[in-house]
Amino acid sequence: MIGLDTVEIAPRINGRETVLEVPVRMTLAEMLRDRLGLYGVKVSCEMQVCGVCTVLVDGQPVSSCTFLAADTDGRRVLTVEGLAEGDRLHPIQQAFVDRFALQCGFCTPGFIMMTKHLLERSPLPDREEIVEHFDGNLCRCTGYAPIIEAVQDAAGRLGRRGS
Amino acid sequence: MRYPTRLDAVPKVTGKARYAVDFAAHGMLFSALVRSERGHAILGGVDAEAALSVKGVVAVITGEDLAPLFPRYGHIVADHPILAIGKVRYLGEPVALVVAEDRYSAHDGAEAVEVLYQDLPTVMNPDQALADGAPLLHTTDYGVGDRSFSEAHSEPRSDNVCHRVDLHWGDVEQAMSRADHVVETSTSYPMLYGYAMEPYNALAHFEDGYLKVITTAQHPFMVRDDLARVFSLPLSHVRVTSPYVGGGYGTKSYTKVEPLAAVGAWYTGRPVKVEFDATGSILTTRADSARVTIRSGFSSDGRLLARDVDLILDTGAYADNGPLVLSKASNRSFGPYRNPNVRVRGRAVYTNTVPSSSYRGFGAPQVSLASELNMDQAAEVLRIDPGELRRRNLIPPGERHYPGKRPMDADLAADLDLLLEGLGWGKPTPERHGIGFGVTASDAGAFPVSTATVKILPDGSALLSTGSSEMGQGSRTALSLIASRELGIPLERVAISQSDTHATPYERTSGASRTTTLVGLAIQRACLQLLARLEEVAVELKGGPPTEVKAAEGTVVGPWGDLSYGEVVQEWFGGQLGELSATGVVRRAGDLAELPPFWEIGASGVKVRVDPDTGQVFPLRMVTVADVGHAIHPEMLKGQDVGAATQGLGAALFEELVYDGPQLVNPNLVEYRVPRAKDMPGEIVSIVAERGDGVGPYGAKGGGEGTLNPMGAATAAAVARAVGRWPDRLPLTPERVWRLMRESGR
Repeated sequence: MIGLDTVEIAPRINGRETVLEVPVRMTLAEMLRDRLGLYGVKVSCEMQVCGVCTVLVDGQPVSSCTFLAADTDGRRVLTVEGLAEGDRLHPIQQAFVDRFALQCGFCTPGFIMMTKHLLERSPLPDREEIVEHFDGNLCRCTGYAPIIEAVQDAAGRLGRRGS
Repeated sequence: MRYPTRLDAVPKVTGKARYAVDFAAHGMLFSALVRSERGHAILGGVDAEAALSVKGVVAVITGEDLAPLFPRYGHIVADHPILAIGKVRYLGEPVALVVAEDRYSAHDGAEAVEVLYQDLPTVMNPDQALADGAPLLHTTDYGVGDRSFSEAHSEPRSDNVCHRVDLHWGDVEQAMSRADHVVETSTSYPMLYGYAMEPYNALAHFEDGYLKVITTAQHPFMVRDDLARVFSLPLSHVRVTSPYVGGGYGTKSYTKVEPLAAVGAWYTGRPVKVEFDATGSILTTRADSARVTIRSGFSSDGRLLARDVDLILDTGAYADNGPLVLSKASNRSFGPYRNPNVRVRGRAVYTNTVPSSSYRGFGAPQVSLASELNMDQAAEVLRIDPGELRRRNLIPPGERHYPGKRPMDADLAADLDLLLEGLGWGKPTPERHGIGFGVTASDAGAFPVSTATVKILPDGSALLSTGSSEMGQGSRTALSLIASRELGIPLERVAISQSDTHATPYERTSGASRTTTLVGLAIQRACLQLLARLEEVAVELKGGPPTEVKAAEGTVVGPWGDLSYGEVVQEWFGGQLGELSATGVVRRAGDLAELPPFWEIGASGVKVRVDPDTGQVFPLRMVTVADVGHAIHPEMLKGQDVGAATQGLGAALFEELVYDGPQLVNPNLVEYRVPRAKDMPGEIVSIVAERGDGVGPYGAKGGGEGTLNPMGAATAAAVARAVGRWPDRLPLTPERVWRLMRESGR
């Protein structure tokens, strides 16, 4: 059966070179969760609408629920587990904590990865730019307001750190 | 005062928080469901031969295989087969569970299963279901689950009514006949999907004679009860654990997919995981749609004389929590007003649609759309300001508006004033702008039963244990804060263990906005007993008159000096070991004898602008008022209130499950649209009113869903004021609003 065909790939995952044999039909989310125990990658809508499964591949956000694991061969994959340095949270993570920008937390890793992508391109985004950037991320708990505040807070922290 | 960050925040931002879906077991099998492709049909047979030949498939389980078990569940009416038996009652109903070594084989296997159907006529809405000669979904008696709902089981069935409520006091007809004005409002509230982002999933296995289930459930103890009945096990032999729950909102109340995983494990002898996607979750549970007609009689000076309510809920194919949702919807349908004459006729009706159950607000959003719009329409007829009309009728603090229930424990008029001020009510608004608002009171808190244990360990740190769940509402933080304050030890030295039917004490539910109030009270009581125990032990160790020995702020002080809590434990046990513990119990007694434990207040509103060309509604400002007695953690409370109001806004503007014949047209997150960041008003104001009038710790009472309840009516009223015509249904899609504008000529 075609689904059981496998392929060997060598992605760099959270900074670490990794060699894996994966079924060609395996999604990136399945590989990260089931093979590598990176459970911070969540799956919900499975239609690229909710954004909870967002990870960065070569710096670009992708929906790992519909992205094939095989397509990460030779590429850099960053998940929420790759942000903190030991016990020290990344400034984006710290901003989400301090601003109460989460409740159930299921959408949080996706929002954090999208925030990282946004702030790399646009260090001081206004509200309009932030909500536009989050059009592919759903949160059912917070009403978004604290998430938007957290992004602005994180932008401030990263700006100070950079200068 | 600076409030601490959430105790679950760091695990959640680092991806380390574990949800049920993240658990696996050694030797675990995966599964996929074969779902009914018909809305109503006799099950002619399931051919599993081709599926069993798919490499990796271990078993194909059907309803017939469950004969040795009690094959159904349902805490009120046990009418819900784990897998269809004899017939299917909705499109999407589980027919067979395919269990395999990996998830690909499971899905390939499920696609290979052939099911034979003999179609039956369907009833797709309450009108069809209640028509003379309508085909019956259920014809047999399932026996009584919850005895308080004995009327829900009057079998054999001769109609499709799942549950009936008839509620009345005074003489409605006589009061209507002497009213100066009678105002009637009819509304339709849409069929909704709660969309907790973690889809339904469970992992089950049998070990040491115990059935162990890890699941995304709000009420693990009620799931335990259903599972014990299925397998004829003592309650003690079923262990249900809920780790972090990825969203609940009532949609994870009661049993969902746990029996599927459990029968998979029973049949194969191996751990079985059931994981649904969002579509599978939508096909599991939705929220009731409702048709409500309310007639109110007023005197010319705006006194409410009588309210007459007719209420029909579309409960879907199985009862689930439908009877209780109907009962709550009925209690919440006539509003928090002084009213001598009330009549409510409610029916929850079986249809060939996805079963409905609880969803945040629990019947209140459905009925408040009609009852609060009715107040606004009456204000127009009476030529009285709608805020003033409510003020004249709102039930004052300490007065009873519902015979036999707890007197009002809130100052509703004060809440309304805060809300109106926040919305800028009374100030002129530009063309095609409108403001709407509403006030509701829900009999919340559920049945008051909670048990919590608190331990002091030999280093003086404290460990709480409670059966409540952490689903984002912040119970982990709020309950730890209460214990920290009661014991007088820093929050960093308090730990909490939650939601495990073997390891934590009994908890009725984590719902009905009850956890901070009722579990908080159980924890407070446990802490008080624990302090008394520390004093008693210190007296035993050191002597001294008990009246002169006092435990507080981490220290036991007596005539002989000070001992830390940890030193008391160590000296008593003779080393760095042991622990002292106490259990706090909350029952329906004392302050909690009267139900509900508290009235949950909803006060929220919205200011909108309507696009004259497209009919699109843009919310500009949203205001919520939390009347919670005392805010244990105001930041987290505001988060709950804004989140709840946002869900209300979703139902008001976007959300609706749509059927075309037996087929659900939009069981996915592309076509079922929930609010996005872009949809939110730029101005959000969340007001907290603390008056210490609740039964919980420090005068606290529940919050977390109240602000959702008026949002439908508030949005509809805001749109009406913008376009000049009253809507009678939600959601207010651009097309519907455009039609209203055309009708009004504005």
